[in-house]
Amino acid sequence: MNIAVCVKRIPKTAEADIFIEKDGRDIKKDHLVFTLNDWDGYAVREAALLKEKYGGTVTVLTIGSEESKEVLTRCLAMGADRAVRIEEPPAQDSRLISKILAQALKAQPFDLILTGVQAEDDNCGQIGPSLAQMLGLPHAAIVNRVEISGNMARVKRELEGGIEEAVDLKLPAVLTIQTGINEPKYVSLAAILDAEDKETEEVPLEKTGVALDQPLDATIDQVFFPPAGKMAEILKGTPEEVVMQLTEIVRKKKG
Amino acid sequence: MGEVFVLVEHRQGKIRDITFEMLQAGGTLASQREASSTAVLLGHNVKNLAEELATRASKVLVVDDGQLKHFNSILYQKVLSSLIARHQPLLTLIGHTAFGMDLAPSLSVEIGFPLVTDCIDLSFEDGRLKATRSIYGGKVNVKVFLKESQGYAATIRPGIFSPKPPSGTIGGIIIEPSPLKGAVDLKKFIEYIEAPLTGEDITQAEIIVSVGQGIGGPEPIPMIEEVARSLGGVLACSRPVVDRNWLPKERQVGISGKTVKPKIYIAIGISGAFQHVTAMQGSETIIAINKDPRAPIFGVADYGIVDDFQNVIPILKERAKRMK
Repeated sequence: MNIAVCVKRIPKTAEADIFIEKDGRDIKKDHLVFTLNDWDGYAVREAALLKEKYGGTVTVLTIGSEESKEVLTRCLAMGADRAVRIEEPPAQDSRLISKILAQALKAQPFDLILTGVQAEDDNCGQIGPSLAQMLGLPHAAIVNRVEISGNMARVKRELEGGIEEAVDLKLPAVLTIQTGINEPKYVSLAAILDAEDKETEEVPLEKTGVALDQPLDATIDQVFFPPAGKMAEILKGTPEEVVMQLTEIVRKKKG
Repeated sequence: MGEVFVLVEHRQGKIRDITFEMLQAGGTLASQREASSTAVLLGHNVKNLAEELATRASKVLVVDDGQLKHFNSILYQKVLSSLIARHQPLLTLIGHTAFGMDLAPSLSVEIGFPLVTDCIDLSFEDGRLKATRSIYGGKVNVKVFLKESQGYAATIRPGIFSPKPPSGTIGGIIIEPSPLKGAVDLKKFIEYIEAPLTGEDITQAEIIVSVGQGIGGPEPIPMIEEVARSLGGVLACSRPVVDRNWLPKERQVGISGKTVKPKIYIAIGISGAFQHVTAMQGSETIIAINKDPRAPIFGVADYGIVDDFQNVIPILKERAKRMK
């Protein structure tokens, strides 16, 4: 089974302070820690597990700056065999990213192409199904279980409220992978050092054959903090005092 | 006159709420462009659903085909792209749901329209579609302009727009022929699988103490479970806790888990991402404990404690025991 996984390097914003750039078009990222997109991590691990079961190779691709190499190294340490870094276009949106990835993926026949459901930074969730359409392949989004049988993939899709949908797809196919599909494996320093020796292909933008002079489908106008609305009443004092207030609230509201 | 298409989302004989929210949003958007909004219903034996929709839409377009009985993105896409080619709606609205996320991106590539997903607001400005989205874990919003185009597609976040109430009048129902020919074997719907009813049913609890990935690992859970029990409540959690196997899926509060409306919801180490908040915001009283003062949960909670839970919970555990 030859599997391709498209991954993205994203800034971790969960517990970080967020500041908006002067031009209002993005947040400041210099102080943020960058890492492999959580969903993509599950996708890479799933590819590695499928490779263990069915044999074959795993190729990871990313569109990103030089710094993206550290994310590719991590993927190689997680079990990928080959990594491809495509130069980042100066301006991008989901449609353009999909087009570039589609061109890169056309070069080699893959049995399965995986992406994460969405990226932690923009939450767009467009890449996987867009890619599939551009490559003329069937797809399934939000997959939490993959089984391969001959030239078919039997997958389970996660719907709302705990319900799942079982779907059969003819390979080759594109799947977007949901978190929790597998158990992440601890990646040792030794594996990372080994990974640094593995093959990474660098692809300049011109080689992708994608026209960059077209207007983007989506342009960012402004990034801003959500309107405050009604904020929580913050309990003040020492931990003991705060707990006293909390238990008072609970006692009162319990009725 | 132009049209705004609203794709009806239904499953197992019921129209899902997002449909009525989109009909509301679609109506507003249509009037901005002197257009009308049309509910587009794809399915099999859906006459009753069409009639229900006609009380909330001035026009319901129905394509009834045995192959459309269960959602399948390939088949739905074939029908929709044919309808869109024929009717040329200036905008097609789809829910940002498991269905919509599977369908909208590939559909928009096929029909060549720009797509913006997970919108919390939408408007037309100078003939172009402008959308507001929530990004970076809900900490920041972004306004996005789509390029000039004959048509647009957008997916709408559930629970943001108010649902359109039934109006006094009944809209017209138009049956369109199905363009589907042979069966499609590239992608086949097999079955729905319900969540097994195991363990505690957190949806029935009056008090819920819920943990998120901010608790750092499974080790604090026994202590927090004790707090829950002392307060007379149950333990629940957000999705990342289940992804990491710290707690079983039946404890999960969220879009892909359970929706709860207890008297009291205490959220510990939960950031307040939309997928979680949407499933607990109906709680009577929400108390959040999080060391990040800018965690979105504080915009939803009634009371907050900005501190590391390790500073607070051990004390709460002792106090709660004495409350019993």
